[in-house]
Parts: sequence; structure tokens; C-alpha cells
Amino acid sequence: MSAVGTVSAARSARGFGTLFATEARVWLRDPGAVFFALVFPVLLLVALGLVIPDFRTPMDDPGLPWENAPAVTIWMPTVLALAVATISLTTMPVQFATFREKGVLRRLATTPMPPQNLIGAHLVINVLALLVAAAAAVVGGMTVLGIPAAVDPLVVLLCFVLATTAMFSLGLLVAARAARGTSASGLGMLIYFPSLLFSGVWVPLPVMPDWMSEVSKYTPIGAAAQGMLAGWFGDGFPLAQVLVMLAWTVVLFPLGVKLFRWT
Amino acid sequence: MTSPVVEVRNLRKTYPGAGRGAAPKTAVADVSFQVARGEIFGILGPNGAGKTTTVECLAGLRAADGGDIQVLGNNPRTDPMSVRQHVGVQLQEAALHDNITVDEAMRVFASFYPDPASVPELLDLLDLTAHGKQRFGKLSGGQKQRLSIALALVGKPQVAILDELTTGLDPAARRATWDLVERVRDSGVTILLVTHFMDEAERLCDRLAVIDKGRVVTEGTPASLIESLDGSRGVRLRFADPAARRRAADLLTLLSRQDDDVAAVRTTADEIEVTGTRRALFAVVQALAPAELVPDDVRTVTRTLEDVFVQVTGRQYQADENEEVAA
Repeated sequence: MSAVGTVSAARSARGFGTLFATEARVWLRDPGAVFFALVFPVLLLVALGLVIPDFRTPMDDPGLPWENAPAVTIWMPTVLALAVATISLTTMPVQFATFREKGVLRRLATTPMPPQNLIGAHLVINVLALLVAAAAAVVGGMTVLGIPAAVDPLVVLLCFVLATTAMFSLGLLVAARAARGTSASGLGMLIYFPSLLFSGVWVPLPVMPDWMSEVSKYTPIGAAAQGMLAGWFGDGFPLAQVLVMLAWTVVLFPLGVKLFRWT
Repeated sequence: MTSPVVEVRNLRKTYPGAGRGAAPKTAVADVSFQVARGEIFGILGPNGAGKTTTVECLAGLRAADGGDIQVLGNNPRTDPMSVRQHVGVQLQEAALHDNITVDEAMRVFASFYPDPASVPELLDLLDLTAHGKQRFGKLSGGQKQRLSIALALVGKPQVAILDELTTGLDPAARRATWDLVERVRDSGVTILLVTHFMDEAERLCDRLAVIDKGRVVTEGTPASLIESLDGSRGVRLRFADPAARRRAADLLTLLSRQDDDVAAVRTTADEIEVTGTRRALFAVVQALAPAELVPDDVRTVTRTLEDVFVQVTGRQYQADENEEVAA
């Protein structure tokens, strides 16, 4: 089963449209999910960008595209990585484990709608939510804080897509066997907080110690943040980071699918 | 006779033991039964007897280790789609997101089937019309249960499997649910009712199979099962005067040796219990009347499926006696 396979199989099943639309509505009714998945990244970026004096200082790099941009620009890729990590490690695994805990997957298995399609629908819903969160962060950062556009937007986009595939695969693996929503939440958080560290939330990427930067490069979320940083400042193609994210995806996604418990 | 709607033959299912080196646990050792179209068929037994495993095999949720299952002429494992289209299943526990409304859940489930039932009509039948906009998490236990039944019926199934549908309901809600199950059957749906409540099975089922320790121990209509008990009728007589009680006991003991309708006489602290056929009461009255032994109180003791269980298994019925098999 590939992600594409899931979606196309889903489309062929009767009632997938109704299932998808209803699940999306129900998703939006969870205030926690809406806040952390959609609002938290842009709120964090804009609030800290306005409050922390160091973030407001212009970078003062004469002749470069970001010449007078505020220093918070270096934090933009980190916030995008944070958006990916938040949805994939906190929102999604809890939803999937709760479906299992409440018997939703088992119940669907007795109808003509395969439970795989519910998971497929939610992968799509969470990807859409992530796109909204990322767009809000970029637009908010550019309009409110004056963050300049990325030098290599395609590199940023590529790293963002790979970050999504790698981190959603990790989230799927977290959700694969957790018997309860609370245990998925606990395990997700255990990975989430170190991920924030490696993506530069607490120590911005350019000032990270070398050893930490090196470790970070091999984590999916660290590679994502570093790759997007390279794209934002036109710092060449982040080949190592791209390969790291690809590798995580290729390893974790099949593992998550294989280990996923439906009952 | 038309072919059975559900046919289970020599079903067997063993789970691997929990933990390393643990012995495998046989949930279902040997279960066979047939369900005819239009009947309410009960699977009755204590928790852990193998009822849920049997249902899960029927619904195609589990593969059996042995035996043969046919639902509407199809095998649930090799042809799951045909079974899912025509069999509605209500599983033991709640199975919806807390934030989905009653209307939404009904419409989503209806959309899975080619020819679904009318959602407003079904909500009306289940007395849920007023709760359409309510979220699942806010419903009472009885309302959740009724919604669960509505969801099992929304695909216009030919067979509905209802698993422990009144567990956790108050007496009024249980009775309302029983009426509802009969109404659903009257609409032409064959019902397979799984329960550990003796009274529920006795009240609702046309026929039933009693399962214990993974085997069918007896099968038939509730009336025929009760009728088959030894001394299926009982009379209890109470005498306030100890002397009268002793004389009555002596007379009745004598009677039990002479009259085939009276099987046994047992005396307790202040009561005499006489068991026998349905004519036992007449025999007792005829024996006591000439001696002017008038009891202060007479009660007839009705036998129930519980007595059937005691007779076929040799022990008291306790719904929770067996450890539930882990899913």
C-alpha cells in the first residue's frame, strides 16, 4: 500500500466523499487540534518575532537579498518544520490511536467501507491542515514581520514536501500500535520535544554548536529545517538533508503500514 | 424449508497464549448452529464463553481455525464484501468519534451502501429524531445504544447481529430496546442476538443456543428448553404452625412416592417445596384438602433458562465467571 494507492483505493469506494467531508468537519470541531495544528506556528513566529529584540534587529548584510530583513528570518524555516512536527507527532497519532481505542476501525471493518480509507482520509485532511498552517506562517511572517521571500522557493518546497513524507511516516509508526490515544500522545511528545530542539526552536540553526548541528542533520526534522534554511538563503542545494529525509520516508512509511494494527 | 440465513458448523478458534510460553487459549472449541430467515436467534452464555469470538468470525473480523461458516450463502473470509453489504453489525462498545453528530454518523454510514434505508425514518423508528444534531459524546447510554442499532440497520441488512445490546442500560431502557428489536424483526430482518442476560434471551429469542466454555451445550426454543427440565414446575407452601408444617410434609412425602406427577419434596426452615409436572399443584391440593391443612401462603415457582443452564452444565450461572478472552 502506498500513499497514492490508499488515496486511489479510497476514491473508488462508495461514500468516500461523504466520509471525507464529515471527517474534515469533525476534525475542525476539536479546538486543541485547530489551535496547535493551524494557529500555533504562525502565532509563535509572529509573537516572538515582535517581542524578542534580537529577532527584530536587521541582519545588515549589504548587497544580499535579505539586506535589511529582521533576524527572525533565520527562524522562518524552523517554524515551518515545527508546523510539520506538530501535526505529524501530536495531532495525527492521537487521532489514529483514538480510532482504534474507540473501535471505529473495527466498526468500519464490518461495513463495505474499508478502515484503511478512514486513515487515508485523515492523512489527506492532516496534509491539507499542514498546508494551511504553513501558508499562514509564511504570509504572517512576510506581512507582519517583513521576512523576505525565499531565494530558492523550489528548494524550500522540496524540503517541505520531504519533511512532510518523513514526519507523517514517523507519526504513522507512532500510531501503528498504540492501544490508546493517551499512549500515542505520550510517545508522540517524547519524540516531539527533541525534534523541536533539533529544528532550532530553542537554539537557532546558525548558532547551534557544530556537534548538535551534525546530529540534527540526521534527524528527519533537523534535516528539514536545515534544508529549508539553505533554500531560504540560497545556500546551495542541501543534498545531504534531502537524502536523509528520503531515507527516513523510505524506511518508516512501509514500517508504519506493516505494523499498523487495525483492531 | 428455505436454506438457513446463517450456518455455523464446528467452528473452532484458538488464540495464542498471552506472554512467552503461555498455553494457547481456546475461545471456541466446537460451535454449530443454524439461523432461519426472520427469526430472532440467541447466542446465550456467560462472558468469556466464546460468544464474541463466534460473532467476530461471522462478521469476517477474524479467521476461524476450523469449521465452516456461511452467511447468506457466502463465506465471510473468502467473500467479505457480500457479507458486509447485507449484514449489519452492532458491536459491544461505542464505536464513533465523540464529536460526530447523530445525523452525520447516519449519513456517513448510509453512504457506504448501494441502497440505504431512509435516515429520517430510521431515526424515527429508534426514537432519535430529536437528537439528530447532538454529538455522540453527549448522548446517554441508551441513546448511544439506539444509534448503534440504527447504524447496523442503515444499510438495509438482511441479517443484523446485535452483541450485548442492553449491557449498561437501566431497566426501562432495556425493555424499550427489547420492543425495538421485535419491531426490527417484524420489518423482515433476521436477528442474531448475543447476550449474557438470561431474561433477555428468554423474552426475545425464538430459538437460542446456550454456549459454555466454547461449546454449544443445548439448543432450542426457550419454552422447549425449560419444558425439558426435570420437575419443570414447583410449588412452595408456607405454614406458620410448625405442627401443621410437619404433617403436611409427611403427607406430601408420601404423595411423592405414589404420584408420578410429584417428583420431589424439600423442606426448608418454614417452607415446603414440591417439584413435579404441571399437574403437581392439583395433586398437592387434593392431598392437603381432606386433612384440612391450609397453607398460609402458596407460591408457584417458575423455571427459567437459568435452571436450564444449571442442569446442562452442573453449576450455577454467573455471567462474569469466565475471564474475558483478550481481543
